[in-house]
Amino acid sequence: MSIRLNPRYRFDAYIVGAANRLAATAARAVAESPGAVYNPLFLYASSGLGKTHLLMAMGHLAMEVNPQLTVEYLTLDEFIEAFHAAIAAGQGEAYRRRYTDVGMLLVDDVQFLTHRREMQTELLRLTNAMLTSGRQIVLSSDRPPAEIEALDDRLIQRFAGGLVIDISAPDYETRVAILRRHAEERKAAFDPSVIEMVAGLPIASIRELIGALNRLVAFQAVNDAPLTSAQAKTVLARTMPASVRGSVPAPVAGTGGGSAPAGVDPAPESVLPDTVIAGDEFGSFLSEISSALARQVEAWRGHVAEAVMRWQGEGYRTARLQLLLEEESPLDPDATLRDFEADIARLQELEIEARELDAPSAGQPLFRDPDRLQEAIGEVEKARDGLSPPPTPAPIWRLEEFVESAGTRMAVRAAQAVIAAPGTQYNPLVLIGGAGVGKTHLLHAIGNALAGPGQLVACLRAEDLVDELIKAIDRNRVPWWRARFRRASVLLIDDVHLLAGKDRSQEELFWLYNVLAQSGRQMVFTSTVAPQALQGMEPRLMTRLEAGLVVELPEPDREVREAIVSRLLRARSGDANAELASYLASRPVENVRALQGLVQRVLAAEDAGEGPLSPGLARQVLEGSPAAPTRRSMGTRTSGLLSPVGSLRSREKMVWDWPGIADRLIEEFR
Amino acid sequence: MSLVNFTTREITCKIVYYGPGRSGKTSNLQYIYGRVPEARRGRMVSLATQTDRTLFFDFLPLDLGVISGFTTRFQLYTVPGQVYYNATRKLVLQGADGVVFVGDSQARRLEDNIESLQNLQANLLGQGVDVRNFPLVLQYNKQDLPADLILTQPDMDEALNFRGYRSFPGDALRGAGVFETLKGISELVLKRLAAGGHGPP
Repeated sequence: MSIRLNPRYRFDAYIVGAANRLAATAARAVAESPGAVYNPLFLYASSGLGKTHLLMAMGHLAMEVNPQLTVEYLTLDEFIEAFHAAIAAGQGEAYRRRYTDVGMLLVDDVQFLTHRREMQTELLRLTNAMLTSGRQIVLSSDRPPAEIEALDDRLIQRFAGGLVIDISAPDYETRVAILRRHAEERKAAFDPSVIEMVAGLPIASIRELIGALNRLVAFQAVNDAPLTSAQAKTVLARTMPASVRGSVPAPVAGTGGGSAPAGVDPAPESVLPDTVIAGDEFGSFLSEISSALARQVEAWRGHVAEAVMRWQGEGYRTARLQLLLEEESPLDPDATLRDFEADIARLQELEIEARELDAPSAGQPLFRDPDRLQEAIGEVEKARDGLSPPPTPAPIWRLEEFVESAGTRMAVRAAQAVIAAPGTQYNPLVLIGGAGVGKTHLLHAIGNALAGPGQLVACLRAEDLVDELIKAIDRNRVPWWRARFRRASVLLIDDVHLLAGKDRSQEELFWLYNVLAQSGRQMVFTSTVAPQALQGMEPRLMTRLEAGLVVELPEPDREVREAIVSRLLRARSGDANAELASYLASRPVENVRALQGLVQRVLAAEDAGEGPLSPGLARQVLEGSPAAPTRRSMGTRTSGLLSPVGSLRSREKMVWDWPGIADRLIEEFR
Repeated sequence: MSLVNFTTREITCKIVYYGPGRSGKTSNLQYIYGRVPEARRGRMVSLATQTDRTLFFDFLPLDLGVISGFTTRFQLYTVPGQVYYNATRKLVLQGADGVVFVGDSQARRLEDNIESLQNLQANLLGQGVDVRNFPLVLQYNKQDLPADLILTQPDMDEALNFRGYRSFPGDALRGAGVFETLKGISELVLKRLAAGGHGPP
């Protein structure tokens, strides 16, 4: 620690007036909370106006407040010399490390940075290091940063990011107070008119003003008698430059201007006449009150400056806050800060979404500038629009068409409950049952019932989920794929058992499940077997499928079969033909799909002109001869059932007649 | 009284000097008046009896100028110390943002100090002010008198300052402790400003 602070340069010896009140207030605030208020603090003033005094006073006060704090004061020349010496000795790094322990660095006379690029870089590095670690740096100069010739723009910006403040020439009252203080320190008692005369000299620099007083102190000490104003004027006139001499004010009548008799003691210090100019006590009081008030009223500056540092450190543009700092007295700075931080929070969300959507704008500076929030929103919206929506449920399947019987009642009730309050009661709902029992119908029916404005219902088979994921992996667009499904309000996955053994798909579904479940979005799955009986399924996914309601759809009973056949016949001829319906419902079929196949075969026979629709025709078709093979080769019918979308429903459905082989074939095919 | 007016950007602090008769409240204000540049002070209004006792109250407005964008004014008041002027004291105390209790350090005035302090607390309480959270400092005046006549600051603290307020020794005639006291109470009042506190209604 190399502290060479002049013990006389303290705040209580620093006379505060209108010209330096702001600087003194800021300096005191910084000294009391280094690194927290204005960092960096840049003071500038013409020579002799008290910059060094203020810098050192800050050092003293900061050490009084926190004796553990390391304070270092140095002039720029010393900084340069020491750096050059360190470089010459090959100790450049050691020199840099030297400042890592300094809690408050006071650098005087930085105007000498002009044209010193190397030192500017070094000071920039040091300033950055001090700012990022929350340590205080205070600089002084005889001109503002922007007027220092050939100064690196980055340094100017750094300085402007804190507080740049000037000290102008003191007013008359302050000059009187400074001279009085100095005279007291020198234990010299002057007639008030003498002090007033000196204060009235056209000398801007305090240092020179004190020089003039020093001459009077010396003169009075030699003469061993109090000077009068007239004598003082004569003394100064001898040594002052002509320009100043001509301005030495004439002694003011009635204020002690006459010759005082030799040997008369000056008035006791404790008794002050009413006409005395601003006393030090009031100045000191005012300074402290200003400082205390500024701390309270201008606490916002501290908050804003901290926010600037924080967000700049995180790479965000803080122009809005910096403009705020430049304002003298903004209306509601805290609200501005709150809005700024809300905008940053929004930008962060948007950036995450843009990345998930794989938007071209992801990672652009746009997402680091709160003033371009609207642009960022626009970019993300554009990306969202470009995102193809996930597959939706087939509209032909409606819940009202699903035949409810004693066996299916529980599943229907569960579906109704899910439709009434999605995501709240049964989440997920898992429909299990053999092939063709109506799982897909119910699944799509739920999807259709939930679809509506603002609702994005994703409905697809597990196989398609896997296919899409493989394509996404292949094209390196997995985040895009995820975003596509994570937007869904409702997720419906048919035949989830087909994910068995597909680890990556299961993992993605696991994460998708978590995202949707956390935000209360409804999921419905279908499976041929209960989740706990699924082979090749990760336990973490299995337990999640079990978490809601698992409900079984049994094979259709007679009642269901008759209802289905009647509906199909009614759709064809408007008449259910009870006898035909009863006959068809009594045929030995394992599931609804097979039953529908039977009905289609009979209807096809009627179409082919084999006879009118009757139990006889049905018997002939179903018992007398097998269904015409040409129907299958047409490609518009699957296992006898017209595909709802006018094409083959799926390969699996086509080979449904050979389930064991089909599953294996599909696996081999992949 | 509202301490801070954000609309007009004004801060006005009303500080009341309270204490027993002849403890030096008016002397405090006179000393301050003498040290404040003319441009910064208003006319000191003193309503005194022929024997220089405060009859109603002293009032000294101080203009501290524009600080941090706020036109800042301090209004210093004293109350008449004599017991029989309690109605006046209540009136002056109304809307105070802070109180300086000026105690007389003379040992023989201890009872008067205690009585006045109790009276202050009762009056504040009567105005709905919780004295535990109210800006208040103590000044033990006349510490310049011979040591055998007065109680020291620790003695005075022991006798009066059971709540642990900040206390200052003073010699109001010569100014010792006057500005320290004013600074002390001002800081407390301004701290309240930060906490969003206001003076009593």
